[in-house]
Amino acid sequence: MRFLLDTEQRAFAASLDAMLTSAHTPSAIRAWAEGDHTPGLALWSRLADAGVFALAIPEAYDGVGPLPVELAVAFVELGRHGVPGPLVETVAAAALLSGLDESGPAKRLLPALASGESVATLALADSYALDADAATVLLAVNGAGLRLAPGHGPVRPSVDRARRLARPEPGGELLATGPQVTRAAAHALRWARLATAAQALGAGLALLDRTVAYVRQRTQFGVPIGSFQAVKHQLADARIALEFARPLLFGAALSMTPADVAAAKVTACEAAYATARTALQLHGAIGYTAEYDLSLWLTKARALRTAWGSPAECRAAVLGGLSGDGPRS
Amino acid sequence: MDLTHSAADEAFRAEARAWLDAHVPSVPLPSLETEEGFAAHRAWEAELAADRWSVVSWPTEYGGRGADIVRWLVFEEEYYAAGAPGRVGQNGISLLAPTLFDHGTREQRARVLPPMATGEVIWAQAWSEPEAGSDLASLTSRAVRTDGGWLLGGQKTWSSRAAFADRAFGLFRSEPDTPKPHQGLTYLMFDLRAPGVTVRPIGRLDGKPAFAELFLDDVFVPDEDVIGEPGQGWRVAMSTAGNERGLTLRSPGRFLAAADRLVDLWRTHCDPSDTALRDRVADAVIGARAYQLFTYASASRFLDGESIGPESSLNKVFWSEYDIALHETALDLLGPEGELADTDWSEGYVFSLAGPVYAGTNEIQRDIIAERLLGLPKGRR
Ligand SMILES: Cc1cc2nc3c(=O)[nH]c(=O)nc-3n(C[C@H](O)[C@H](O)[C@H](O)COP(=O)(O)OP(=O)(O)OC[C@H]3O[C@@H](n4cnc5c(N)ncnc54)[C@H](O)[C@@H]3O)c2cc1C
Repeated sequence: MRFLLDTEQRAFAASLDAMLTSAHTPSAIRAWAEGDHTPGLALWSRLADAGVFALAIPEAYDGVGPLPVELAVAFVELGRHGVPGPLVETVAAAALLSGLDESGPAKRLLPALASGESVATLALADSYALDADAATVLLAVNGAGLRLAPGHGPVRPSVDRARRLARPEPGGELLATGPQVTRAAAHALRWARLATAAQALGAGLALLDRTVAYVRQRTQFGVPIGSFQAVKHQLADARIALEFARPLLFGAALSMTPADVAAAKVTACEAAYATARTALQLHGAIGYTAEYDLSLWLTKARALRTAWGSPAECRAAVLGGLSGDGPRS
Repeated sequence: MDLTHSAADEAFRAEARAWLDAHVPSVPLPSLETEEGFAAHRAWEAELAADRWSVVSWPTEYGGRGADIVRWLVFEEEYYAAGAPGRVGQNGISLLAPTLFDHGTREQRARVLPPMATGEVIWAQAWSEPEAGSDLASLTSRAVRTDGGWLLGGQKTWSSRAAFADRAFGLFRSEPDTPKPHQGLTYLMFDLRAPGVTVRPIGRLDGKPAFAELFLDDVFVPDEDVIGEPGQGWRVAMSTAGNERGLTLRSPGRFLAAADRLVDLWRTHCDPSDTALRDRVADAVIGARAYQLFTYASASRFLDGESIGPESSLNKVFWSEYDIALHETALDLLGPEGELADTDWSEGYVFSLAGPVYAGTNEIQRDIIAERLLGLPKGRR
């Protein structure tokens, strides 16, 4: 038993943090929101070089994984920096392809995902696909069929302007079918939820850090607003919520059971969302503006809350994962 | 990162489980907040101690098993999963004993710890006073120098289980004119049945005579019952409060067991259309797991030699609010039955309500989190 990140894992987080800090990530986020993918994709290939996408991909397909703990470490940093793009979706696509019984589609598509050469997105059932216009691989699962979609419908803005949503078009090449697809889709959902939980935790930590910095320097009534208890206590609550989401995230990465992952997802997303509400409140009016960078995390926290499983779905999955039958009523 | 236990720790778990299976009373003991229950729980402490299960984390010479923090967590998980009784000796075991390990003399440890381990001497914490609650350092009860010891005077209050306990430990002002209120305090132990002590029980919210106020009138305490240096009482009391206490005041095992019982209750009382209640049950399950894993992470750092310090305030707020939410959910699931007093759930509920008040109120903990963990400026107290 040693439930702590090791030195290498911490160094990995620190190196991603340093890279993303120096990379002008906020301007890449803003460009992405305007439909200009160039700076975002440049960031993407640097993340791929750092090995981020290889973490979800088995060695047989040029990856280094599956390494869910390291993946969670990486996605906390991606969330902290608000990196745009179908990051979670690429990881989920990788999990989906490597979870199939037949290895053909994985052999064909995964090496390019691991290297960052291609960008994937996917829609399980009839959900939206994130950033289909930026993706080179658009996967769609309908019932027991996995398709390579030929294109996508109109791109619609999300409440988070850096997330853009579209439906895959029908048709396209059938990659796999049968119960293997259902199983692989469930596997992909777990990875998507884990990565989303980590991303949300990261977003929440960024919101907290920025708000703490702000309330230390903003003065009203002749003192920093951070010296008021009503301000302090809201931030203390945000810290508590985030600190108790973190162990659930890493516990889920270790077990990867559907219930643990769902618990991490709902807790991290609720913590990030509550922190976003606090952050907005404590910034006053400036927090409500699009031009101030805080907005980049504020809206993401809202969007991640329902991405890959609403709070209610995740809570149901937690109870569904307990031993014994469901409710006896 | 690793959550699996070593084979030796699992063997320890199995040993604890087997012992508990054979010994946990099949009928729950009466509430330890009553005289009858107190006696029954004292006997249970003796039974635990007879096989060295009452203080597993202490060195063997004092009746423990030298268990490290992880083994202590394992033991607690098994203890509460087995439905074993609440611990009447908790104040002594979790507050006074760590203080004696850090600041006591060999003689004090040898004299005080073994009868604490067996439940022969049950300790009460005498910190609060009528005018010194959150602002504990403003306390005014006195310790005045006399031949071979000290004479205590003044009043203490809200002393849990002091009505039936044997001895108490607390802070007293020994130097009246210091520049700062937390200077000149002395930490000492005294006998609740010594001449000059009057114990007046106070009914709790549910009417049980659990805690008490203490009136002290020239109560003699010999020098050997002073812990640490006279005048240094604040430092002595605080050093243990922040560190180990943050890990061991409330074990996750207790909440894991309660969440399991809640899920059982939900399965038998569930209205499938009530998804709001279902969500609260799920949150109780998640909260217990979060608290367990958070504690394992703290324990890992503790084993690495890090001190826990102000982070224990995160724990305190979390478990105290969690405990209330869990019990409220149970009462709501029970419907009209939830109103009945003296059931396990309603007793637990009433007890949980005090969590945000004792052990440092949650407002004070939030100040600590904001100032010492987030680095926000000190404001007016
Ligand atoms: C069940 C129970 C068992 C207890 N057992 C013991 C025991 O065994 N031994 C013992 O010594 N004591 C015990 N206590 C007492 C407990 O430690 C005190 O109640 C606690 O320290 C708060 O003090 P107070 O009740 O005087 O409230 P106050 O300090 O008067 O506080 C009242 C309210 O004001 C708030 N407040 C006070 N100061 C501030 C501030 N600076 N900022 C914001 N809010 C503030 C508090 O948070 C609280 O909400 C027990 C209490 C309970 C309820």
